[in-house]
Amino acid sequence: MKKQKTSLADKIFVVCNTLFMIAFVVVTLYPVLNTLAISLNDGVDAVRGGIYLWPRKFTWKNYQTVLGIQDIIIGAKITVLRTVLGTLIALVANALLAFVVSRKRFLFKSQLSLFWVITMYVNGGLIPVFLLYRNLGLTGTFWVYVIPGAISAFNMLVLRTYMQGLPDSLEESAQLDGAGYWTVFYKIISPLCKPVYATVALFVAVWQWNSWFDAMIYNRMNDEYTTLQYELMKLLSSVMQQGGNAANAAAAGATSAAVTPVTVRSAATIATMLPIIMLYPFLQRYFVTGLTIGGVKE
Amino acid sequence: MAQEVIKKDKKYTWKEFKRQKFLMIVSFFMVVYGLIFYYWPLTGWLMAFENYKPRKGLLGSDFVGLAKFKFLFEDDVFIRVIRNTLAMGVLNLVTSTIMAILFAILLNEVKNVFGKKLVQTISYLPHFLSWIIVTGILHDALSSSGIINELLLKFGFVDQAINFFAHTQYFWPIVAFANCWKETGWNAIIYLAAITSIDPCLYEAASIDGAGRWAKIKYITLPSIKPTIMILLLMNVGNVLNAGFEIQYLLGNGLVKSVSDTIDIYVLRWGISQNDFSLGTAAGIFKSVVSIVLIVIANYAAKRMGEERLF
Repeated sequence: MKKQKTSLADKIFVVCNTLFMIAFVVVTLYPVLNTLAISLNDGVDAVRGGIYLWPRKFTWKNYQTVLGIQDIIIGAKITVLRTVLGTLIALVANALLAFVVSRKRFLFKSQLSLFWVITMYVNGGLIPVFLLYRNLGLTGTFWVYVIPGAISAFNMLVLRTYMQGLPDSLEESAQLDGAGYWTVFYKIISPLCKPVYATVALFVAVWQWNSWFDAMIYNRMNDEYTTLQYELMKLLSSVMQQGGNAANAAAAGATSAAVTPVTVRSAATIATMLPIIMLYPFLQRYFVTGLTIGGVKE
Repeated sequence: MAQEVIKKDKKYTWKEFKRQKFLMIVSFFMVVYGLIFYYWPLTGWLMAFENYKPRKGLLGSDFVGLAKFKFLFEDDVFIRVIRNTLAMGVLNLVTSTIMAILFAILLNEVKNVFGKKLVQTISYLPHFLSWIIVTGILHDALSSSGIINELLLKFGFVDQAINFFAHTQYFWPIVAFANCWKETGWNAIIYLAAITSIDPCLYEAASIDGAGRWAKIKYITLPSIKPTIMILLLMNVGNVLNAGFEIQYLLGNGLVKSVSDTIDIYVLRWGISQNDFSLGTAAGIFKSVVSIVLIVIANYAAKRMGEERLF
């Protein structure tokens, strides 16, 4: 008897839960799919509105227009370069640092850890950092994208936690065979760390791909070092009437003389998110592990 | 056994130092890097106490004591900016935590493996999009001809389209919603991991005692993930003031300035646009100090509640 009762309540729950999940998926996906549909629709026709999930007058023209904008092509090249180079540099630097602080016998293990953990909580703030980069001659160059963010305490801690979980005997037996620390790092620890390396590489790559603020602040006058997201922002802000910085809004207005058609903006948006959308489903297991490690502190 | 102990012990001898040459060299470069990029900017805090002129340099500029801070706290705009930052930070923290927990618990109840996997994969998507893209999409959806207004008109909730970005009362909810839209799936990962690690025996025992789904969620799932919730909540308290830049900068406009401007935008406006480095730095210091105080309080609270300490 009892079983029957719970199963009715169960059925109601399952139905409600399924509806909730469908609503969640619709709210998440609809705006993206709608943007996709608009990007594939004729520009003049789209002004009439009423395009939901499917283009009414199909065309590739908007994408051709986007690919014809010189600054976007430059931005795309710089973005790819900073993502590849920035990820490589950050991975090597963070991995080396994590390797050093995870060695049990390392004499300054706790001091070096503390030195980096402090940087998570205390930072100079925008203005001192801006002046530092200017004094170092980093502003107005490509390197301002890859050098300053190379080591981050958070990524280092994720890597360290993973390395600490590996058995010590690996290192000891290699050293008995006469291997130095570099060999231990390169030949023994790194091959075992591939999953966590993938996690950190993914975090850094997404961060690099999506950055726009550094391009705006440090390379505003240097169009040859513009980035994809920053160019997208200029396109979108011609409509959104940028608040904040008046000079910036004026600059954005100048580059795109008139308001960019909604279809072209949509095409630029889709083109910018495409690489990430295509890749992330295959990298799921890496970021799930990474977050779980990162969340558990010591 | 004794040998084992000696081996694990650290020996501060010259011989050991030389043996660790590789580690020492790497550490040296890492410390130099950290000193330059993370610690050196702290010396710039001196600017907040002087009338900094780039021409005169950090040590040559006139010292003005707390004048810049006095200006800040007498500036109505700055007080409003603090209020906005705190309000949006707290609102975002509360809504995104509740949404993530709710989503994690409900997703865990989905028994269809394929459906569960699919929903979860879709839920991560927005996290990987930049704020530029998210605010662009949001702007289209909320525009006078956007889908939201269309639905509101169709179902008769309003007579004419609402201009969501022209009225101050909509701004904070829009920010909170955008934040939930972008991060719910991502934030749920850690709660899902916590739920997965709950001993299934507990649920079986509860079933035998006749507990329904709600009872199981209320008496097993929620108490089991409580430590995770507390830790994440406390960890994020220190970040409350950090949550206020990108979205507000991208979505704000002249009409809603009074509710959209945050401390970071204030710093940007005074420091970079107006070139008043001293005032920008002072506002930045205020933010850092408040953040550190919040972290210390959170850490203390965590200890008092018997949870694991944060650092």
